[in-house]
Amino acid sequence: MSTMNTVGRPTAPNQVQSKPATLTGGRGLLQNEALIFEGDGWGKTGVDLPEPKTDGSDLGDLVRKDPIGLPGLSEPEAMRHYVRLSQKNHAIDLAIYPLGSCTMKHNPRLNEKMARLAGFSDIHPLQPISTVQGALELMDTLSHWLKTLTGMPAVALSPKAGAHGELCGLMAIRAAHEASGQHEKRRKVLVPTSAHGTNPATAAFVGYTVVEVAQTEDGRVEVADLASKLGDDVAAIMVTNPNTCGLFERDILEISRLTHEAGAYFYCDGANFNAIVGRVRPGDLGVDAMHINLHKTFSTPHGGGGPGAGPVVLSEALAPFAPAPWVVHDADGYRLIEREEDEAVQAFGRLCAFQGQMGMYVRALSYMMSHGADGLRQVAEDAVLNANYIKARLSDLMSAAFPDGPCMHEALFDDEWLKGTDITTLDFAKAMIDEGFHPMTMYFPLVVHGAMLIEPTETESKAELDRFIHAMRLLAEAAKAGDVDRFKGAPFHAPLKRLDETRAARSPVLRWTAPEGSNQAA
Amino acid sequence: MRYLPLTPDDRTAMLAAIGAKSIDDLFVDVPEAARLDGPVDLPRVAGELEVERALSAMAAKNATAGATPFFCGAGAYKHHVPATVDHIIQRSEFLTSYTPYQPEIAQGTLQYLYEFQTQVANLTGMPVANASLYDGSTAMAEGVLMATRVTRRNKAVISGGVHPHYVKATETVVHAVGVETQVLAAAIDAEAAVIDQIGPDTACVVVQTPNVFGTATDVTKIAEAAHAAGALLIVVVTEAVSMGLLKSPGEMGADIVAAEGQSIGNALNFGGPYVGLFATREKLIRQMPGRLTGETVDADGERGFVLTLSTREQHIRRDKATSNICTNSGLCTLAFTIHMSLLGETGLRKLALLNHEKAVATRDALAAIPGVEILTDRFFNEFAVRLPKNAAEVVDTLAGHHLLAGVPYSRLAPAAGMDDVLLVAATETTLDADIRILAKALTQVLGA
Amino acid sequence: MKFTKDHEWVSLDGDIATVGISKHAADALGDVVFVEVPEVGKTVAKGASFAVVESVKAASDVYAPVSGEVVEANDALSTAPETVNSAPQADGWFAKIKVSDASELDALMDQAAYDAFLATL
Repeated sequence: MSTMNTVGRPTAPNQVQSKPATLTGGRGLLQNEALIFEGDGWGKTGVDLPEPKTDGSDLGDLVRKDPIGLPGLSEPEAMRHYVRLSQKNHAIDLAIYPLGSCTMKHNPRLNEKMARLAGFSDIHPLQPISTVQGALELMDTLSHWLKTLTGMPAVALSPKAGAHGELCGLMAIRAAHEASGQHEKRRKVLVPTSAHGTNPATAAFVGYTVVEVAQTEDGRVEVADLASKLGDDVAAIMVTNPNTCGLFERDILEISRLTHEAGAYFYCDGANFNAIVGRVRPGDLGVDAMHINLHKTFSTPHGGGGPGAGPVVLSEALAPFAPAPWVVHDADGYRLIEREEDEAVQAFGRLCAFQGQMGMYVRALSYMMSHGADGLRQVAEDAVLNANYIKARLSDLMSAAFPDGPCMHEALFDDEWLKGTDITTLDFAKAMIDEGFHPMTMYFPLVVHGAMLIEPTETESKAELDRFIHAMRLLAEAAKAGDVDRFKGAPFHAPLKRLDETRAARSPVLRWTAPEGSNQAA
Repeated sequence: MRYLPLTPDDRTAMLAAIGAKSIDDLFVDVPEAARLDGPVDLPRVAGELEVERALSAMAAKNATAGATPFFCGAGAYKHHVPATVDHIIQRSEFLTSYTPYQPEIAQGTLQYLYEFQTQVANLTGMPVANASLYDGSTAMAEGVLMATRVTRRNKAVISGGVHPHYVKATETVVHAVGVETQVLAAAIDAEAAVIDQIGPDTACVVVQTPNVFGTATDVTKIAEAAHAAGALLIVVVTEAVSMGLLKSPGEMGADIVAAEGQSIGNALNFGGPYVGLFATREKLIRQMPGRLTGETVDADGERGFVLTLSTREQHIRRDKATSNICTNSGLCTLAFTIHMSLLGETGLRKLALLNHEKAVATRDALAAIPGVEILTDRFFNEFAVRLPKNAAEVVDTLAGHHLLAGVPYSRLAPAAGMDDVLLVAATETTLDADIRILAKALTQVLGA
Repeated sequence: MKFTKDHEWVSLDGDIATVGISKHAADALGDVVFVEVPEVGKTVAKGASFAVVESVKAASDVYAPVSGEVVEANDALSTAPETVNSAPQADGWFAKIKVSDASELDALMDQAAYDAFLATL
């Protein structure tokens, strides 16, 4: 023999009985990471800047003298800090992220590349108009796509998120009623009980009284109840379609007819437009205003909670009231109308300092152009197909909230099937984490007990759906078999165990402060 | 299509599993009259190359800040952002994650938000900050609304030095809820004028420092006057870097700080997305809008972070929420906190001094031009000048010579009668050569 | 002790009514994290919102079961909101109200009636 394992390195795993916890709290690739304030970064910087030639003394007493309390990190330390943190996050790039009503779909990297073109990212909102013709062309092109896809004549781009879009839509409605002298008597907004919480919040914010509309047994707006509440004291209805139960409002044409007959406007919450894009135009449903969450339907990144963008498409009746600024295209090229007094319109004002979320406009247009009209139609079809596939494959074990007929882009289950197991929707969700999946949306919509709302989106492959369904079935069977601890204590395998939200809310600690006796800043 | 994984065979198999004959079976709830037969009238599927060409062509039509001598400010500032920032915010785990509703698998986001809240609180000199709002202007609007909730009064007195677009965005929203505003006439250096307008019905006074004309003001006396009358002081800051050199709003008695954080970590982006900073006093936190991250422990006693005090928010309080806001400015917040962590206090102070230095040098160069009058005495990195000509026309002319000379005040407030006022900003990115080019070009245009 | 259909309780001693939320309500809310009690001296009308109680996942208005003037508020709840869970119908009281019309209590349910009402929910 010429080669011998002389150093005694074992080449097969040992068999041991116990699984000791680690001594440091680190676990394999998962690192413990302290707060930046707890390190040795006081006085450190990771940015090399030239020495200033001034000390600011020309500003006298205006100069800040006390320590600010900002530690610094060198570049390698910064990379480590944020990479370590990142590894404690679930992400759509890792696995299916089936949060119903949130639409976690793939974020194409072409979008990111395009948004970073200097011609879009390195231009100032108040540069002379002659120097930003391409930016205005992009806004105008995006507007054209949004108007064509929705079948609506106008769009206000500037709202900075879906909820901001709702505000925009309701303010346009209010302005229209003011213009026709009807505002004083039209003080109610009708909202179905299944609505997203922003709907009543927005209506109340704009000064309206919210009146709830009942829901039918099959998860839709109860038209008779709506009709009985419509009258000359109603300013608008706010209906999500497809709704938050994942269902298309079958009576939508009747709903819009009744609404218009009563002299009210139809605000459609477009959060779920991704289910119908390319197959249905909201303009054909009688919608007067609808916001579009660009991150949901048009793939701009969710980014851990933003930034969003919520353009609002408007009907002929509401278009004159759209807020400034907006883009006009004429023989001289593109112009940006920044003040309503510039044009013979009745804009209700302005929603933010500048033009809205340009960076998101670029990403959304990049996505739309990639798909094209045909691809976008396929988006809706695949989103709906994927959701129905999940519903079909899980309905024997779990209880679908509305079993009859197809769903749209999301499948809704209730907790009826967990009765008697002592396991809650929350427990079930936390056990999904252990299996490597992000939980579905839970306890929403409020109209379904223990709701589990699953939205796969069109960017999941059949293989990933099958992997998800397999895990859900194993968990459901374990729940029914009385494997209670697996759920009650979950998650066991996540970076942290279940967190104490009560403690966080009872005595809020919202910032780091230096330990007593330390001489660190602030 | 490259973003859609399903194959025709997959679709057939899945329809069979569902028990549907065709995809149309799944859309039966759509009224027939509203069904589209085929694709709408827009271009068809396009490859990466084609999309990149089309969008690059649009981008190429714009004059970029980095390619020209550049002096625009007025609420959006050109700063250098370290390469690390953009790399990290594009990591999948940050870019493609959602709001941290499941804290056990979102500690990455929650921890950086907690660090962000601490950085913003310390930067503004306030006890607490939220996890950000859309931008500075919407933060100001939320601040005014919060002040009316806290004081149960109904009127805001707004200084003439506040950015006119911030005022407009605020008025649009607060008027809808019936809050009154009193906006003082535009003035280069008159923040203290708000003191005489404070009355028993005043919920808050709003001042900006440095103001839209660049003037930096010690607002301590304004805070005292507001507090004596039971009103709150809201301090607006549109250039976050200024707080690295100037006394913090908290130090001067602010109750609410509404600031634009774009300057740290974020590009100009033609106006958005930006990041609204919002900070306040401890006793007011339950009236504060927006998301908040708080510290807690997990079942094993390990420290962790969660979204907290969410009962203030719309998804629980619905029509009684403090605000309808349902998002923060996620990635922009991350960019801010990374850049701030790289700078640290040492770097931030240096950066602020460099900004001031460049602005002073620009001021000195412009002061030497015949006919140019410097209007701002005490400034950070931006100041106003009066030109002997219409400022917008001068700026347009200079743009034709590949020079972005600043923002004419009339662009923000056409009716203010200040058509000859130009706002000029300089930052650490401004080169001495840029200043020379500006001075020379301005001399020529004004002499012509 | 008498109860409303909105799950407030009221206990009268002379013309001073102590009010709070029922055990049923406290259990339904879950862990209470915050209570906003009314200011002393405030006049409240029967049926109007006069306090707020929050758990992690829910926020509820508390309606005055009787009309009158608030003469004492349970400020201890601001630092110990959990008392609402541990002793909802004792130390977890919200406020004491000097009642303006004691006959308003006549329309409220006694314990037996309230228990029967809960059974219908």
